[in-house]
Amino acid sequence: MTDPRAAVAAVVDPEIRVVTIDELGILRSVDEDPGTGRVVVTITPTYTGCPAMDVIRADIRRALTAAGHPDAEVRTVYAPAWSTDWISEGGRAKLSAAGIAPPAPAARDGGVVALTLSVRCPRCGSPETEQVSRFGSTACKALWRCRSCSEPFDHLKAL
Amino acid sequence: MSELFDFTLGLGDDALIAAQRLGEWTSRAPEMEEDIALANIALDQLGAARLLLTYAGELEGAGRDEDALAYLRGDREFRNCLLVELPNGDFGVTMAKLFLLAGYQLPLYTALSGCADERLAAIGAKARKESAYHLDHASLWVKRLGDGTEESHRRMQDAVDQVWPYTHELFTADPAAPVDPATLRADFDAVVSAVLDEATLTRPADGWAPGGGRDGVHTEHLSYLLAEMQVLHRAHPGARW
Repeated sequence: MTDPRAAVAAVVDPEIRVVTIDELGILRSVDEDPGTGRVVVTITPTYTGCPAMDVIRADIRRALTAAGHPDAEVRTVYAPAWSTDWISEGGRAKLSAAGIAPPAPAARDGGVVALTLSVRCPRCGSPETEQVSRFGSTACKALWRCRSCSEPFDHLKAL
Repeated sequence: MSELFDFTLGLGDDALIAAQRLGEWTSRAPEMEEDIALANIALDQLGAARLLLTYAGELEGAGRDEDALAYLRGDREFRNCLLVELPNGDFGVTMAKLFLLAGYQLPLYTALSGCADERLAAIGAKARKESAYHLDHASLWVKRLGDGTEESHRRMQDAVDQVWPYTHELFTADPAAPVDPATLRADFDAVVSAVLDEATLTRPADGWAPGGGRDGVHTEHLSYLLAEMQVLHRAHPGARW
């Protein structure tokens, strides 16, 4: 039987498969009842309509069962609201290595998120980039293009 | 209890019907990036709708979950504002609807995030971040089309004129609600005026103010929308993926 926290933390995000749910900051807590052995996992969605949540819940249960903790409950909380600021340094590095430009710091007041003027191209590092679409392949990404190397790339939107 | 249920149901229905309308654009938008944008915004609205309707079902305490509320009510039982059920029209009308809806939802969700009800506060804090993006996106299009060619200007102005009367219903005073909609009007007016000015569009005069959505009295468009949205669920009760 392995540590439930380690088992859950290793679950990868089903839509951005290079990072774990822990690195993305959507894993909030893992608590094991010492008496019953029951594990309660708390997660929070990136966006309210994130379609990956059902898969994430199933993956967490599967990981816990494999780690010897079949009695598990996955709870979803909405407050405090997820922010891209919760993505770990390691997670940001992995995103970048996978060709997804990591987000700038999020706006503080919850108002309109300021556009970052220089999103660096994750391929060639050039700051000469432009936004193609504010909405991308998943709810949390925008589509950008590098003017130096011409490569299109995903950018995780600051939220 | 009933007051809070009605309020929550109304906001959930706004988001649900807006999601369904925006979803109609999928594969039909003028360009691929816009297709993805509209689908994403629809998904955000659907996400907020699921949270609000789930909560409304719990407040009601009659065992109805989000699906029962979404799929098993007739049009007279829906509490959404008329603005969201209006047909999409051309792209200008869709953007005018989205712009005015987001101009209302952003201050609404922001105010909710600080309200006394813990569940609504959490939903508001989450949804306002997404609303900010919707407002920003729609504002860009209103400006681009309004301050564009003669033809795009004419059609954007027509669109704003066409849906403007339906905005008044959004701000009907309800002092007992967690957030009184009447208190949101100033923020809405400020944002709308600033964007319309920049778009070289004229703010329509206030006059005819159709309403009734919050009482279940809808336009003829809603039941057609519901027929399409509900047919699968009603034909196969309890079916799951």
